[in-house]
Amino acid sequence: MHIVVCIKQVPDSAQIRVHPVHNTIMRQGVPTIINPYDLFALEEALRLRDRLGGAVTVLTMGPPMAEDSLRKALTFGADRAVLLTDRFFAGSDTLATSYALSMAIQKIGESWGTPDVVFTGKQTIDGDTAQVGPGIARRLGLNQLTYVSAIGAVDLAARTIEVSRRAEGGVQELATRLPALITVLEGTSEIRRGRLADALRAARAEVTVWNAAQAGITEMTKCGLRGSPTVVKNVFAPKGRATKASLLDTREKTPGELAEAMMARIFDALPGIEGDLLAHAAQY
Amino acid sequence: MSLEVFDAIVIGAGPAGNAAAYTLAKSGLKVLQLERGEYAGSKNVQGAILYADALEKLMPDFREDAPLERHIVEQRMWMMDDNSHTGMHYRSDSFNEEKPNRYTIIRSQFDRWFNRRVREAGAVVLCETTVTELLKDTNGRVIGVKTDRHGDAILADVVILAEGVNGLVGQRAGLRQELQPAHVALAVKEMHFLPEEVIAARFNLKGDEGVVIEAMGTITKGMVGTAFLYTNRESISVGIGCMVQDLAENRVSSSALLEAFKAHPSIRSLLEGSEVREYAAHLIPEGGYKAVPQLYGEGWLVVGDAAHFVNAVHREGSNLAMTSGRIAAETVVWLKRRREACSAENLAEYRRRLEASFVMKDLKKYRGIPALLHRNKHFLDLYPRIASRAAQIWLRVDGVDKRSKEGEIVRDLRAARGWRGLVGDAFKVARAWR
Amino acid sequence: MSGTAHAGGSRAGMRKELPEHFKAYRHVWVFMEYEHGAIHPVSLELLGEGRKLADRLGGELAGVALGGDHGQMIEVANAAFAHGADVTYITAEPVLAHYRNEPYTRAMTELVNTYKPEILLLGATVLGRDLAGSVATTLLTGLTADCTELAIDAERSLAATRPTFGGSLLCTIHTLNVRPQMATVRPRVMSMPKADPQRTGRIVEHRLDLREEDIVTKVLRFLPDRDSNKAQLAYADIVVAGGLGLRSAENFQLVRNLAEVLGGEWGGSRPLVQKGWITADRQIGQTGRTIRPRLYIAAGISGAIQHRVGVEGADLIVAINTDPTAPIFDFAHLGIVADATEFLPILTDTFRKRLSVNRLAG
Repeated sequence: MHIVVCIKQVPDSAQIRVHPVHNTIMRQGVPTIINPYDLFALEEALRLRDRLGGAVTVLTMGPPMAEDSLRKALTFGADRAVLLTDRFFAGSDTLATSYALSMAIQKIGESWGTPDVVFTGKQTIDGDTAQVGPGIARRLGLNQLTYVSAIGAVDLAARTIEVSRRAEGGVQELATRLPALITVLEGTSEIRRGRLADALRAARAEVTVWNAAQAGITEMTKCGLRGSPTVVKNVFAPKGRATKASLLDTREKTPGELAEAMMARIFDALPGIEGDLLAHAAQY
Repeated sequence: MSLEVFDAIVIGAGPAGNAAAYTLAKSGLKVLQLERGEYAGSKNVQGAILYADALEKLMPDFREDAPLERHIVEQRMWMMDDNSHTGMHYRSDSFNEEKPNRYTIIRSQFDRWFNRRVREAGAVVLCETTVTELLKDTNGRVIGVKTDRHGDAILADVVILAEGVNGLVGQRAGLRQELQPAHVALAVKEMHFLPEEVIAARFNLKGDEGVVIEAMGTITKGMVGTAFLYTNRESISVGIGCMVQDLAENRVSSSALLEAFKAHPSIRSLLEGSEVREYAAHLIPEGGYKAVPQLYGEGWLVVGDAAHFVNAVHREGSNLAMTSGRIAAETVVWLKRRREACSAENLAEYRRRLEASFVMKDLKKYRGIPALLHRNKHFLDLYPRIASRAAQIWLRVDGVDKRSKEGEIVRDLRAARGWRGLVGDAFKVARAWR
Repeated sequence: MSGTAHAGGSRAGMRKELPEHFKAYRHVWVFMEYEHGAIHPVSLELLGEGRKLADRLGGELAGVALGGDHGQMIEVANAAFAHGADVTYITAEPVLAHYRNEPYTRAMTELVNTYKPEILLLGATVLGRDLAGSVATTLLTGLTADCTELAIDAERSLAATRPTFGGSLLCTIHTLNVRPQMATVRPRVMSMPKADPQRTGRIVEHRLDLREEDIVTKVLRFLPDRDSNKAQLAYADIVVAGGLGLRSAENFQLVRNLAEVLGGEWGGSRPLVQKGWITADRQIGQTGRTIRPRLYIAAGISGAIQHRVGVEGADLIVAINTDPTAPIFDFAHLGIVADATEFLPILTDTFRKRLSVNRLAG
């Protein structure tokens, strides 16, 4: 079976800084990582391949630097990697991104066999939209399975797949037909440690690099800023509250007195909460 | 599965390892480079100084795409006491040359870029892979490495250890001793982020110009050590380091020293309004010439910090690392071309070449300094105070005539050390410096 | 992506004329999320917000009710009217009995193409996100996810504000020359409007020509969560949360102790999830749960912006932190500079005593 995994190289958002004057992102010294949610998708893909045979192709769209992430994916045991990079893609929103990726997946299909499953993480940590996966599914006519926590029976001959997915208030078990697009819920299975042989192979592997034309993309109006119906009109730092927190004076007070003072202030600020707390306490 | 054989394995992807692997790969050798971190430089998020000359000898065109922060046009050397600094500034427009000599860099970015060039040169680079032990044959000759990844050992004709100051591979294999507290400094650094234009205004800089401040004095509380401040494009690196032995004897923590340094009136205003984002502590091998271990053996070489190639007096390290890495690699290439084995006897050529280079010459020149400073605490405590007081006396206009002021300064000196002490100190410094 | 790469927006201010065929698109729609016999509260919250947008545009507010049972959909419509809707579009078909992407996408896109809304809002729930991406891609229109603020600008365009870069910044996104303008909003970001059971509205019925045999995806089973408090965090009245200032996983128990005494829920900041001290469903902040409790107590949380946007809706924010310069004190109402591991047990005891003393007295 042929599996495609879409990953994204993202700035480690825990270490992002905002320029105090311009409100722009200061990227200096901010390390880039594979979007952590994508690693769960990659691991599920590798497990599926190990179970049923076949190959895993990893795909990313991004700057040339994103090759590092692909090479890392190969180290984990993916079989091949494709980097889709072109300045025309700059400024893509979710719609334009799903277009470019779906075209590249089609090209991957022509080159190495039509994929049976396309995997993505549930969302990225820089965009947090969770919309590119569904967008790809729609464009390629793949059956969409989002927030999947477990993959059950897969019958390649009958072209069927069963999964468990997170739904509101519970777990939904679905059966559908291949090809399908699966977005993987976090915490499913930790990414494996690649074997030395895989690591050596990955270190030497050629990452396939495609620009727009090489990926078979001819309609440039669907790419990048031109292909994005949404536009960012304003970027700003959140406004601070006019007044800062009123701090309890800790001088010459025992911790017990401070706790009393804090409780009193809470009851003052929220009239009625004391009664509710008592009502709750009475239930015990 | 058959064992894979390389011409050379380089352990580590810092400046020394990258220089070695790059040189080997450029010469067409089959090279494997192994790095513990997620990527080269991932363990090193801090600012540093790049000395262009050492890198230029490897890749003359590095300025085209290397991630450089600012080129240095001004050096300030400060001697500090509790609330003042005296010192020397040198700034020159001639540093605004076509190919500047020194740059500030962010190591994580720089090392990563350097390592990418190594890969492009043809080396096989494996990150997130820790060498667990050196593989030896029955004669004790190093023939390869084992890693923490599932799989066989990897063989090579020679292993170059560029694993850094506290590299465990060489220590475990008994190639060198464990670190001595007298031979290593502990430095703590922070990155303080500020808008580019604020840095430019605060340090009187334009474009990519940068400033370096190196400071010593009471800030290290009499211990042997120095503090520094570098301007990057959008941040300031600030740090302080002291010999581990001194820190242990005085029961002082480096982070407390750094807090005090940052609070010093001469430094505080330079950092005002900045956002601290990164804090890191690391060891620097500052034992000098006397701490240099055995540099080669049967099938192995050691380079960079692992070989204690740091000139603490001039705060140079990465250039010695790159140069030693390059020379080690050139030695291997030279042997390969002559179809000679990487035996200890043949690899002795590495040491000979190092001796002929600035690396060993400079270390030799300052061989006495570390011990001298350790034994003479007053150098970094008393003299800065005297210098500060002298400057106060000299600059304060208070109706006292200048001859009397001179007399007071001289009396101060004599009271502090006595003529005998002063002459002795001068003699000691001169001997250590020569 | 909306809100990822192009901070700064090189097309900012640029505005193409809306194509003629989109000018007929009018009114504000809210997708009424209905599953297992209940309307998701986020849909009602969205009606409150949608009402303001519709009034600003001088248009109508409509609910969209999709489901398998016509009677239930009438109930949904009545709830929509009570919370501010003027109209409700109902498609009740057996294929819509349980949520599945394919028939719901079909039903929704068909309604949009037939009745042409100017704005379409959905909850950023598991279901809403699954549906919104498919609908937007099918319609080839813009979609702004996880908005924290919605407004109408001078040119009748929806200004959708959302956090970006993990919540470090906010950006305002517009959909230029396509309609409808789509946005999702997370639960609890908008406040719940007051219900008026007297309000009524118009019902528009729309049939969907889709048979079960045309749909390849089948629901095999639904296993309801046993741990029902997963959903309760977002709707809890009192929440106590911990951060790295607690210093160890063991100390996190102090947070749970106070939450228990107060009869509230507990959670933590993102680093705790990364460290494995708490599970992801307990994470509070931009990438975790947004909460709107009456009382929120943050212990040892520095208050990074990504955390802040998840808790700002609280009526009273109380912060305990050793660092007087921690950003949490910039948006907390009440604070104390103290070590949370020392202060929490004392505060817990104080509440416990007060509540039991009063009970004995009363």
